[in-house]
Amino acid sequence: MFDLKGYGPALAEGALVTIELAFFSLALALTLGLLGASAKLSGNRLLVGFATTYTTLIRGVPDLVMMLLFYYGGQVAVNMLSDYLWEAYDIDFFFQFDPFISGVVTIGLIFGAYMTETFRGAFLAVDSGQIEAARAYGFTRWHTFRRVMIPQMLRHALPGIGNNWQVLLKTTALVSIIGLTDMVRVAEEAAKAERMPFHFFIPVAAVYLGLTAASELFIKWLDKRANAGVVQGN
Amino acid sequence: MPEFMTEWLSQNDIFTAMTLMEYWDGLVTTVHLVFLSLVIGLVVAVPLAILRTVRNPFVSGPIWLFTYLFRGTPLLIQLYIIYYGVAQIPGIQETFWWVVFREPFYPALLAFTLNTAAYTTEIIRGAIVSTPHGEIEAAKAYGMNWFLRMRRIVLPSAARRAVQAYSNEVIFMLHASAIASVVTIVDLTGAARNIYSRFYAPFDAFIFVALCYMALTFILVFVFRKLENHLLRHQKPVSS
Repeated sequence: MFDLKGYGPALAEGALVTIELAFFSLALALTLGLLGASAKLSGNRLLVGFATTYTTLIRGVPDLVMMLLFYYGGQVAVNMLSDYLWEAYDIDFFFQFDPFISGVVTIGLIFGAYMTETFRGAFLAVDSGQIEAARAYGFTRWHTFRRVMIPQMLRHALPGIGNNWQVLLKTTALVSIIGLTDMVRVAEEAAKAERMPFHFFIPVAAVYLGLTAASELFIKWLDKRANAGVVQGN
Repeated sequence: MPEFMTEWLSQNDIFTAMTLMEYWDGLVTTVHLVFLSLVIGLVVAVPLAILRTVRNPFVSGPIWLFTYLFRGTPLLIQLYIIYYGVAQIPGIQETFWWVVFREPFYPALLAFTLNTAAYTTEIIRGAIVSTPHGEIEAAKAYGMNWFLRMRRIVLPSAARRAVQAYSNEVIFMLHASAIASVVTIVDLTGAARNIYSRFYAPFDAFIFVALCYMALTFILVFVFRKLENHLLRHQKPVSS
């Protein structure tokens, strides 16, 4: 069907890197989002302030700039730390800050901020009577959170998580700019070498399209399951 | 000025007048690129959104396909396809268009415009579709024809419902424009990358540019809040 000029296996490997990157970033984003939302709703001034600063800062800065900052800055910071450790304690510590890690950290941090807002809204959508009932049964705060809030919040959070995931998936393309050999990077190199841009970029675009379409179906299925016990009002 | 500030300013070799000018030129390029693509994108999106609501699938189908393709793939890929692709169109190098598209600015402008047009079309379509039926009935009862109804009733009321989502799209576009730097355009991010590679000072170069973007974002948020207040004046509580 397609003659990929021998770049086929590299492209397939790149596609795997893209998917891995997306999943690791999603895991980090969900964790940060849950922590951020809990902090925002905790009522503790320090935590609220911290979480608000985090979401505001992240949403004001382009993803690419953050990625460049973490990639180039991360290495400099590691170098400084390793110099310090060597001089002060004679510890030989070095760590190469690779594009994959910077990608996961950046994308996770960015979408953690968006997930924070999603989860915050979802927590607020849980009926307060449910929380009162849990308290009345003598649940501790932690138990109320884990057994009552989380399961009921997920239903409200799912559409937001789905949207964020779709955007996240497309953001992974940026990591090719800092040198990770994902499928975009492979396609770019192939397109330059063979002087055939359409030939390589259109299959990559199709893979992204396939991934977003598959995710859409999966999210719809999850949504249906999560709302199984809910009587629709309309 | 506090003492540490003056000390820092006198010791710093990076933020000289020269580099600040580079940042300024980058800022102008970013604003230019984003503003043009947003304006053209919006102008294209309004008729597309109206046609997208038409029942005839031969009219709405292609527009659905356009928005689906541009919203389902990364902007970076779209930019690469247009930037590397135009040179491959047979015969283009002999025409007037080559003069335009040889500069990286115009392929980037085209990619950004198409991308924002796709998102904006869907935003406006959503707002048009959710027009309360009574408003349309009332307009019909007044004897307004389709065109007048669109102009006086549907679009103004849709604009109110779309403005919040559109403000997000504008900010998204400002942030997405950072990728223009990968096709050799010296926008804000491009300037930061140049300065980083000259001084090997990632924190200074990128944190400064992050602050510039943040300032632009907050200005946009402020402007859109004013606009929302203006458009949604009728929804304010009477007492305030």
